[in-house]
Amino acid sequence: MSQGHTSAAGESHGSYSAYFIGFVLAVILTVASFAAVMMHLLPPGATLGALAVLAIVQIVVHLVFFLHLNSRSEQGWNLMAFLFAAGSVVILIGGTMFIMHDTAINMMSR
Amino acid sequence: MLGKLSLSAIPFDVPILVGTFIGVAVIGIAVLGLVTYFGKWGYLWREWLTSVDHKKLGVMYIILAIVMLFRGFADAIMMRTQLALAYAGNPGYLPPHHYDQIFSAHGTIMIFFMAMAFMTGLMNVVVPLQIGARDVAFPFLNSLSFYMTLVSAVLINISLFIGEFAQAGWLVYPPLSEMQFSPGVGVDYYIWAVQLSGVGTLLTGVNFFTTIVKMRAPGMGWMHMPIFTWTAFCTTVLILVSFPVLTVTLGMLSLDRYLGMHFFTNDGGGNVMLYLSMIWTWGHPEVYILILPAFGVFSEVTSTFSRKPLFGYNTMVYATCSIMVLSFVVWVHHFFTMGAGANVNTFFGIMTMVIAVPTGVKIFNWLFTMYKGRVEFTAPMYWTIGFMITFSIGGMTGVMMAMPAADWILHNSLFLIAHFHNVIIGGVYFGYIAGMGFWFPKSFGFKLNEAWGKRAFWCWFIGFYLAFVPLYILGLEGMTRRMNHYDNPDWYPWLLVAEAGAIVIALGIVCQLTQLYVSIRDRNLPENLDLTGDPWNGRTLEWAVSSPPPHYNFAVIPDVHGIDSFHTEKQLGRRGYNKPLEPIHMPKNTSAGFFVGVFSFLLGFGSIWYIWWLAALGLVGIAATVILRSANRDIDYYVPVSEISHDEEAYSRRIAAAQAAE
Repeated sequence: MSQGHTSAAGESHGSYSAYFIGFVLAVILTVASFAAVMMHLLPPGATLGALAVLAIVQIVVHLVFFLHLNSRSEQGWNLMAFLFAAGSVVILIGGTMFIMHDTAINMMSR
Repeated sequence: MLGKLSLSAIPFDVPILVGTFIGVAVIGIAVLGLVTYFGKWGYLWREWLTSVDHKKLGVMYIILAIVMLFRGFADAIMMRTQLALAYAGNPGYLPPHHYDQIFSAHGTIMIFFMAMAFMTGLMNVVVPLQIGARDVAFPFLNSLSFYMTLVSAVLINISLFIGEFAQAGWLVYPPLSEMQFSPGVGVDYYIWAVQLSGVGTLLTGVNFFTTIVKMRAPGMGWMHMPIFTWTAFCTTVLILVSFPVLTVTLGMLSLDRYLGMHFFTNDGGGNVMLYLSMIWTWGHPEVYILILPAFGVFSEVTSTFSRKPLFGYNTMVYATCSIMVLSFVVWVHHFFTMGAGANVNTFFGIMTMVIAVPTGVKIFNWLFTMYKGRVEFTAPMYWTIGFMITFSIGGMTGVMMAMPAADWILHNSLFLIAHFHNVIIGGVYFGYIAGMGFWFPKSFGFKLNEAWGKRAFWCWFIGFYLAFVPLYILGLEGMTRRMNHYDNPDWYPWLLVAEAGAIVIALGIVCQLTQLYVSIRDRNLPENLDLTGDPWNGRTLEWAVSSPPPHYNFAVIPDVHGIDSFHTEKQLGRRGYNKPLEPIHMPKNTSAGFFVGVFSFLLGFGSIWYIWWLAALGLVGIAATVILRSANRDIDYYVPVSEISHDEEAYSRRIAAAQAAE
């Protein structure tokens, strides 16, 4: 605890305008996701892809505008944490798709 | 008004439960009465329940874990007794409806509320002291995590007396856990208890990750950290990556049950197999979350009692980190028989065998640490040596089952049950008990009784083999897990042996209770008192402060030069510090964690029974408490120099008394 007040925690703590921009972007991205599904703007396969892209952009918006993270703050720890998280996501989602795809073929569940 | 809840939910017709309820009520009233009689409510509230001190939270976690051990073990011995009776037409004394709840509760409680709570408790007691910090990074979150764990433990135990518990096993596989086949509240109790405790675990992960990254004493580089801290660090990384998966998986199951969705149902496009894959994506890292800190304990115990630095510190760190990464690519070995085919099974089978390599490296590190050391055979050392033997056997049976072809025969048989108890009792449990004996004097200022500790070890060690070697044989003879009764005469004698083993383990638990009683009774005997703060001639920073440590841990933050810095300083005859005392910035106690816990309990209980006004009350209460807490600016203070120097003088007098006694 004693070190807590001597070390600067990250970069800025944000301003009202940054929060406002982030909020507007988040709303636009959310509405776009719902619109893509509910209004059948794209064929099903393309809708899935669009949702994935919108979701990733949404994550970036939250990280930048609400959590004030960038690759320079905290001596590169943020960058490392992101890379580790990305690696884990690739392993977990890629692994799950590998497993479920093979299962679907072998068990004829699709 | 009361949702699904009515008087018929209380199992008056099950004598075992009524008896248990009376027992729990009598003990509970006796404890409350004693606290009132001695006028300790204020003390309890101010010094413990609202405390944000990591040392006190750690002790409370471990007390919770020990209480949950009794509950989980009671379930275990009931199952063994049922199987020792239910042979050749005898139905035993537990009908399937009750028996299925018992095996589900046994697994859930032992993993989430015994092992996880014990591990978090040890991390709380040890990690900040080992890295030379005054508290964890977020002391309030630490208190909140504890209450989330506590209320979920209360929730799961309430299911004994109000309603029922899940009957779908400790991971509630669908479709059995879906509304169609489990319409009762059992699975909902499971979901809410595990979800709430998962919040606590995730916050603990964030907290300790930050603490270890940001709050190490000056000079303590990554490769100077004590091994227990390293293993705690890898455990927090595993928590951060895997617990969100558990939350999402159980969240999807809740959507199926509460809102009629079809993620994991048989019909409507649900995919049951996806649940298996997702739950084990969390479940396999989970077993390493439990075992890594135990490996850390064994490393500290072995090197301290062999009077040598740990053999191969660097390889130990690399092995821990490789296990951390590899534990994410092995999860299919829990369901090789699901039908994913040869490509998937081969990959995950090989990765499972690979993960045995770093674990083997660790075993050799401990053996070589003992080699030519002056090994002191204390109780923690007994547990450590018992672990090396037992865990090696468990590891080898694990590698056997890592072969998909062999797993096809052994899947869901008692062989599997014997294997994972072999690694969890022989690894996790032995490790945590060794750690408890090792750090007990640090928390309380007196040692645990050695003789009763060794008796407990022998009962557990022998009892373990008696109880679980028969299960290996039964598994090879084709007996499956979760069986309520049977008529195969070949199995009967082995199940009697296993019952005898469970009774010997029960004696071990009695020895542990006696050990606690005898140690507290004899705490003021000179050979038990720990006046110096360093009862074992330890090597790491936690032994550099008094026992119990002052609430701010270190009067002056130590400077670290290398591995086992405290030991080096002792060799050089440099104890203490030569910097002036300064006021210490510390967090104030808070009751916010307690109230968030209480409101979470209402949210969980209300949702389980569909009492929606109660659930809404809980949710509003949580939000209100968090907002009030966030608006509170009066959360910290400075410990004045006069108090610190007063504590330091008392500590110096104790050290002088100890030296005079020698």
